Amino acid sequence: MKLITAIIKPFKLDEVREALGAIGIQGMTVSEVKGFGRQKGHTELYRGAEYTVDFLPKLRIDMAVSEAMLEQAIETLCAAAHTGKIGDGKIFITPLEQAVRIRTGEYDDAAL
Amino acid sequence: MDKADFVWVSVSTALVLLMVVPGLALFYGGLVRAKNVLSVLAQVMSVFCLAIILWFVYGYSLAFTEGGTLIGGFSRVLFSGMADLSTMNFELAGNIPELAFAAFQATFAGITCALIVGGFAERARFGAVLLFTALWLTFAYLPIAHMVWAPGGWLFERGALDFAGGTVVHINAGVAGLVGAYYVGKRLGYGQEAMPPHNLPLTMVGASLLWMGWFGFNAGSALGANETAALAFFNTLLATAAAVLAWTVVEWLDKGKPSLLGGVSGAVAGLVGITPAAGLVGPGGALIIGAVTGAACVWGVNGLKRLLRADDALDVFGIHGVGGIVGAMLTGLFNAQALGGPGLASMSEVPHQLWIQLEGILITVVWCGIVSWLAYLIADKLCGLRVNIDAERQGLDVHEHGETAYQR
Repeated sequence: MKLITAIIKPFKLDEVREALGAIGIQGMTVSEVKGFGRQKGHTELYRGAEYTVDFLPKLRIDMAVSEAMLEQAIETLCAAAHTGKIGDGKIFITPLEQAVRIRTGEYDDAAL
Repeated sequence: MDKADFVWVSVSTALVLLMVVPGLALFYGGLVRAKNVLSVLAQVMSVFCLAIILWFVYGYSLAFTEGGTLIGGFSRVLFSGMADLSTMNFELAGNIPELAFAAFQATFAGITCALIVGGFAERARFGAVLLFTALWLTFAYLPIAHMVWAPGGWLFERGALDFAGGTVVHINAGVAGLVGAYYVGKRLGYGQEAMPPHNLPLTMVGASLLWMGWFGFNAGSALGANETAALAFFNTLLATAAAVLAWTVVEWLDKGKPSLLGGVSGAVAGLVGITPAAGLVGPGGALIIGAVTGAACVWGVNGLKRLLRADDALDVFGIHGVGGIVGAMLTGLFNAQALGGPGLASMSEVPHQLWIQLEGILITVVWCGIVSWLAYLIADKLCGLRVNIDAERQGLDVHEHGETAYQR
């Protein structure tokens, strides 16, 4: 199993969620985060005071997938979150040791 | 008593109240960080209320009764002698009950004290602010109001023109706010971390209510339902419109983008600028005063602010001080009949009038500057003017008032 952590543009969430749902991903966790990569922030001016806003709002998606689903999930995510402009985000994949469904006590792939 | 005059002045009194709560409170409240919004609302409201009480006890008497050239007397302490309620016989001030006049003027004292709060916002202790207000009202506002507005007052007799309080209210509050910013010191992290306004729509609502209420402030200062009120009313509309656009355009050209905060700041600047002039210049003069004040105050919150090196958090001096000074000088100019005003018959009188206007400004700046510093000093020694570092980090809402504006 792998844990996919994706940082995407907020307005892409619906497309990503639909595309992943269509290939059989049955769950994900979404959180609002801020950060920066190569996309620079912007400046805001309030009367005499100018502030540089470095951290831009993004969405972070966390989801666990089986080894078999991994490549397809990454491709789908990339396609759905893509705009071609700077700031589209990143995908990180980490090994996942165990997963448990609390309701039934099922383990690993059966719990996804 | 003239019934129409009484109604207009009393409605105007309520309009000035609208300027403070909720107008000024929301205007200021939106500009601070979310952790301090309630402290600003609470300070504006309580400071206003304290000023009203003190006005009743001795303020009105010292400001408006006959006395010396600097301060009035004690004959109207607790509004004594103003009305005989057993016979319902009320003393008159002009065509209205003196009680109605005193009520109208009470709101002026209140808003002036409330304006100062912006200078030391986000770091002053509530109790010390109240103590400062009592001292400042007594030793700065009352003498200056007496000098400018009361028959026998020094600047009044010299012929200083201040229709609705450009000097008494705005320059006065602007200087006190600036001195406060110096005395209390810069906010923790000022210049290093971002302190953007937490809610500009709130600021927009506040500024709009200020504009609305300002019709009472300016047109009400005609003290009757008359032609001067009509003039002041329209000038208040026109000058403000000019100032909004002036600020917007200057900012657009200088910084690249026309901001909403710039627009609403321009509205307040224009209202400040037209205050001393409202019933004393023609509409053409009002248009120019609005535009010039709007543009001047952009400098007030940028170049001048950097020069002064004070953390005047909500730009009380940059807008009320600068706008008040520009307005006071331009009043002396556009009052001339040759420039569309109802006053000076000949342009040759203008230089002398400008000198008198300048005198009024200088006296206010010096007097108010010294009194403000002493009042802050006393409040600081007795109560501690500034919150400690932990409290400032946590925010004044939780630390000073035990509540939070927005639940998470």
